[in-house]
Amino acid sequence: MSPVSAVLRRELRSYFVTPVAYVFLVIFLVLAGILTFYAGDFYERGQADLQPFFVMHPWLYLILVPAITMRMWAEEAKGGTLELLLTLPLTLWQAMLGKFFAAWLFIGLALVLTFPIWITVNYLGSPDNGVILAGYLGSWLMAGTFIAIGACLSALTRSQVVAFILTALVCVLLILVGQPQVLDFFSGTVPRKLINAVAHLSMLRHFEAIARGVLDMRDLVYFLLSMVGWLVAGVLLLDLKRTR
Amino acid sequence: MIETDQLTRCYGNLTAVDALSIRVEPGQVLGLLGPNGAGKSTAMRMIAGFLVPTSGTARVCGHDVSREPLKAKRALGYLPEGAPSYGEMTVREFLQFIVRMRGLKAEAGYRRFEAVAQQLQLEEVLGLCIDTLSKGLRRRVGLAQAILHDPPVLMLDEPTDGLDPNQKHAVRQLIDVMARERTILISTHLLEEVHALCNRVVIIARGKLLADATPAELEARSRYHGAVSFSAPGSGMSQEMLGRLPQVASIEIDPLDGRITVFPKPGERILDPVERLLREQGLEVSEIQLERGRLDEVFRQITTSGDGADGFIGGAA
Repeated sequence: MSPVSAVLRRELRSYFVTPVAYVFLVIFLVLAGILTFYAGDFYERGQADLQPFFVMHPWLYLILVPAITMRMWAEEAKGGTLELLLTLPLTLWQAMLGKFFAAWLFIGLALVLTFPIWITVNYLGSPDNGVILAGYLGSWLMAGTFIAIGACLSALTRSQVVAFILTALVCVLLILVGQPQVLDFFSGTVPRKLINAVAHLSMLRHFEAIARGVLDMRDLVYFLLSMVGWLVAGVLLLDLKRTR
Repeated sequence: MIETDQLTRCYGNLTAVDALSIRVEPGQVLGLLGPNGAGKSTAMRMIAGFLVPTSGTARVCGHDVSREPLKAKRALGYLPEGAPSYGEMTVREFLQFIVRMRGLKAEAGYRRFEAVAQQLQLEEVLGLCIDTLSKGLRRRVGLAQAILHDPPVLMLDEPTDGLDPNQKHAVRQLIDVMARERTILISTHLLEEVHALCNRVVIIARGKLLADATPAELEARSRYHGAVSFSAPGSGMSQEMLGRLPQVASIEIDPLDGRITVFPKPGERILDPVERLLREQGLEVSEIQLERGRLDEVFRQITTSGDGADGFIGGAA
């Protein structure tokens, strides 16, 4: 078995041995439900789709993904197991990918477990299930980007609290940066071209595009590149730590 | 085989390991000895590929740890300081994780797992969470992890720390058995361990290599080497009589228990003359001992003197 899958299995198992997995799943599912039906006006809108459900995902991930990723490297650095792991015959990349995919698969599981909402909307009306599938895909890609950010920032520090706060901060910036309020605020002082460029970095914009059911290559590339970029940064950080 | 060449590691202004060159051959058990903070663990971390050397190189079985890290790591079994392991896993899960990481095939891996669990007497705790184990057990789990893939080179950072005397004995026996065809580097600050385990000793302090010799050679450096000590209850035994022996350099009496130690002049043997003298004087001697030399004294002398290096290097190879 390759080192990547060995790390992946160990990570996944550690989620489920400790209460992390169950706490996460329960809170994620309960919050997703409450936010969709109460805050999202699921019934009052009178439309058979899952827009109110997906709109809440960035905000759910903002709190819950850093809680999953904060321990990824910080805990190993603090507990000394980093030395054990990195003196086993695997590359930093393999270790990073194993941990990343474990978290990403786990969020995938959480998304799959929201299927009652999908059943509900199909029972109540006849939604476009293609759009819903696209929404799930977009949500999962966005979660992957959050995880990659968290994986990188967890490698930065031995403190899980610091890793959590930094990850949440970067994620909220990436959510908000494309919002009209934020762009308007800077429109007087910053050149128009720069504002447009920054707006394209907005995670929300790309997520909403996919969630509408429009699978544009640019949105997919945005998420994939973000993930790769943050993971590369994380590996470089880990490597840097070995020389300091 | 482990080779380091001018291995150096700096933390800011502090040089933790300073141009360390050692070479450990198969069949050797080298004890890396030094005070706390001497750079033992830092040196081992570089050899294991966890830390990158500031300069110099390290090779495991001929593989440079910077250029061919995976090959070097495959040849090496390593017990890091403090024997870290994943506390939330059971012993079985943890060792099976290591089996997978080491790329052992299912059947061979299972056989090694069984053998190692038996060797380290872990069978009864396989189902327990590592967090719940005693310090000694955790250390044994760490050792099991290090030898699981039957590596040609073993590097153990304080392998018997936290073990009780019986467990220490068991671990030393294990290392003894493994030593025959393997290259073993252990760090320790227990001098008894050097006697029990090592056929070669390297002493470092402040990152510098200060001595490289066999334990016997180091003991011969002690001023106690060849000295004779005895207890003679109620001895008004005149020191003059002993002092008059031509081979005797000096005499010390322990103020606590009155034990008398007689030091020889360089190159002289004094056990026979002292014994004869005691018999002639008709003194009742409860027990008499020829000292081999005291490693702790040599250790102190080497690691606290200014440069310390005066001619201790060389010898064992």
